[in-house]
Amino acid sequence: MKSSPLLIAAALLAAGALMPAGASAQTRDRLVIGMQLEPPHLDPTAGAAAAIDEVTYSNLFESLTRIDARGEVVPGLAESWEISPDGLTYTFKLRPGVTYHDGTGFDSSDVRFALDRARGADSVNAQKGYFAAIGSVETPDPLTAVVTLTRPDGQFLFNMGSNDAAIVAPESAATNRQKPVGTGPFRFDRWVSGDRVVLVRNPGFRDPAVPKLGEVVFRFISDPAAQLNAMRSGDVDAFPNIGATESLPVLEADRSFTVAVGTTEGETVLALNNARKPFDDVRVRRAVAHAVNRQDVIDGAMFGYGTPIGSHFAPHRAGYVDLTGLYPHDPAKARALLAEAGYPDGFDAVIRLPPPVYARRGGEIIAAQLAEAGIRLRIEPMEWAPWLEQVFRGRDFDMTIVSHVEPLDIDVYDRPDYYFGYRSERFGAVMDELSRTVEPDRRAALYGDAQRILAEDSANVFLFQLPKAGVHKAGLTGLWENSPVPANDVTAVSWK
Amino acid sequence: MTGFLARRLVGLGLTLFLASLVVFTVLEVLPGDPALLMLGVDARPDTLAALRAQMGLDRPVPVRYLAWVGGLLGGDMGVSHTYGVPVGDLVRDRLAVTVPLAALAILLSTAVALPLGMAAASRRGRPADYGVMAFSQLGVAIPNFWFGILLVLWLSVGLGWFDAGGFPGWSAGAGPALKALLLPALTLGLTEAAILARITRASILDTLGEDYVRTARAKGLGPGAVMRRHVLRNALIPITTIVGLQFAFLLGGAIVVENVFFLPGLGRLLFQAISQRDLIVVKDVVMVMAALVVAVNLIVDVLYAVIDPRPKGVP
Repeated sequence: MKSSPLLIAAALLAAGALMPAGASAQTRDRLVIGMQLEPPHLDPTAGAAAAIDEVTYSNLFESLTRIDARGEVVPGLAESWEISPDGLTYTFKLRPGVTYHDGTGFDSSDVRFALDRARGADSVNAQKGYFAAIGSVETPDPLTAVVTLTRPDGQFLFNMGSNDAAIVAPESAATNRQKPVGTGPFRFDRWVSGDRVVLVRNPGFRDPAVPKLGEVVFRFISDPAAQLNAMRSGDVDAFPNIGATESLPVLEADRSFTVAVGTTEGETVLALNNARKPFDDVRVRRAVAHAVNRQDVIDGAMFGYGTPIGSHFAPHRAGYVDLTGLYPHDPAKARALLAEAGYPDGFDAVIRLPPPVYARRGGEIIAAQLAEAGIRLRIEPMEWAPWLEQVFRGRDFDMTIVSHVEPLDIDVYDRPDYYFGYRSERFGAVMDELSRTVEPDRRAALYGDAQRILAEDSANVFLFQLPKAGVHKAGLTGLWENSPVPANDVTAVSWK
Repeated sequence: MTGFLARRLVGLGLTLFLASLVVFTVLEVLPGDPALLMLGVDARPDTLAALRAQMGLDRPVPVRYLAWVGGLLGGDMGVSHTYGVPVGDLVRDRLAVTVPLAALAILLSTAVALPLGMAAASRRGRPADYGVMAFSQLGVAIPNFWFGILLVLWLSVGLGWFDAGGFPGWSAGAGPALKALLLPALTLGLTEAAILARITRASILDTLGEDYVRTARAKGLGPGAVMRRHVLRNALIPITTIVGLQFAFLLGGAIVVENVFFLPGLGRLLFQAISQRDLIVVKDVVMVMAALVVAVNLIVDVLYAVIDPRPKGVP
């Protein structure tokens, strides 16, 4: 009665101990990538979750254009394109000999199908706005797609390189969520729900030298301590964006790992409700900016990782203007500005914080800093769903902290119904001109103007660019250091 | 026995019906629009409306309740909002981790606790007894997530004998799958074993004081025979109850350990579904957990009746 369970347990223990530890040893053909979040599904054209892009971008799915590691637009499924002088007609020359993973061929009809689907009435594309300017898609021959816009859109080629604009086939579009079929160098192998997604080499890829790896495994580990353990036990080869920022020094000190801190598109801001008193007064907003010490927030909430920003723009992009010196940390100046605005004794406000660490820790630091200037904050931590409902959609908040992770999303300040309620005719005029401008230097200049207006108006308090805290085993090359779009593009990754 | 079973089964159905009402009502008042959560901060109103219609969120509340319960009765658990697959498939995948994990933990726990408890009871007041009691104190006092982290640091990071966590799936073979479950099962089993050893000791000591044990001894039966024939049989009743409760608890309560070992179990599915407002998954998983707990209790009751066949009094 008592011996049988004992025997079974002993047998199990023995079986476990005898199994080779090398079960986790890596061959040079295989890569295990750790990610914080599991994607809900694998169809990038039907969801906003960055985790979808981090598995599928460029690996499984391709778009007309492609964003490379530096954030530049390069050829994708289209090998070249021409833009008409009025900026309205884009003629894409498509690559010949491209096939989907299920063997069906790729041609211009797929481009028309994918773009029409994304902008259709019942589309659930999270970036439907990318396709809003499209008037029609013509297919004069199988390797030519002509997209005509109803208004010029300077951002069009970049947007067409995003994963939301992935070219999917009519045969597989409906089942891409679970069984993604794309044209990329890897094809989908299997998904162990809650644990991993496995991709394998697509032998039919048009370039036989790509990819260099035979198998890529994406493993989903949300707990920061577990992430560190998985890295140190060798289960995972790379964490392109590790959540355990505090463990970076430990990994940095270990020579078997390489730590590479890069940039992302995430502008982290202390958002102020411009539509609500007292933040409708620019003097109050400037006072808040003077009261915040950015570097202390970066040190305290991010362990020193993160690039300070002075406006809503990523420092690595063309057109960036350094405006971080506009409101130096100065509590006395903040008090003076508050008094001028009619708040000699400061005021009370609520800061609603979503779950990410940068927001929760950052919020506490900022509350302490604002207290020095007489602004008394009550901290209210929230889960994502209520935050989206109440703060983002309901616009019921005084202050909040959030990272805006879409690339080049400065245009949100031109949306009249956006949650922080900023309004400026000057800014709107710049955005209007920007959307009609295609010439790169002029665009950069306009982006500079836009940044200056936001900073002068102190529309929000601009804190820092979210870092991409990457760590990988020494000997692995070709991973993206920066994250110009959410992606783990492993097409060029190999072991030394 | 038949009447007893019938009464239990009716109670089971009633419990599940009440659970369904409570779960549905609670989720109705929970804030957070699942469609908005899926589309993120760039959602446009027309896209949002399209998605809400696709998810059936625009139908009236009673219609949604009846559709849900009707589906469950017909064996259809609906389709997950976020994953876009039948919830039945998700739950089946997760049960394939959680049930073996709980079973393995209980197996390890009873294998350790029963002998320890018996040894302590038969050497009452001697060093062996104090040793078992000290182990039991320690086992109850150590938080299991912390013990799990220690095991990982020692056996995975240090010695490299085990993966730090994860689950390769049963398709990878029984060996690797069981190996992945072993450390978490040990972690879970420690607390359970500590409690169970204590219960076993107390239960055996209680029984040892009974008249029929004294009678058996007086008849000249040896200590081994007394233990087997008279003590164990009666002491097993409270032990069975506790093991049943522990198993039911592990089925739903393993979530912390599932997080430490990043195991794709039922508890983590529920946790993720709540944060993603995947309400259909939340409802279904809670119902599955309720059904499992109720079923385990039923089995315990039946076992109880088998171990002690004396007629039951008023229920």
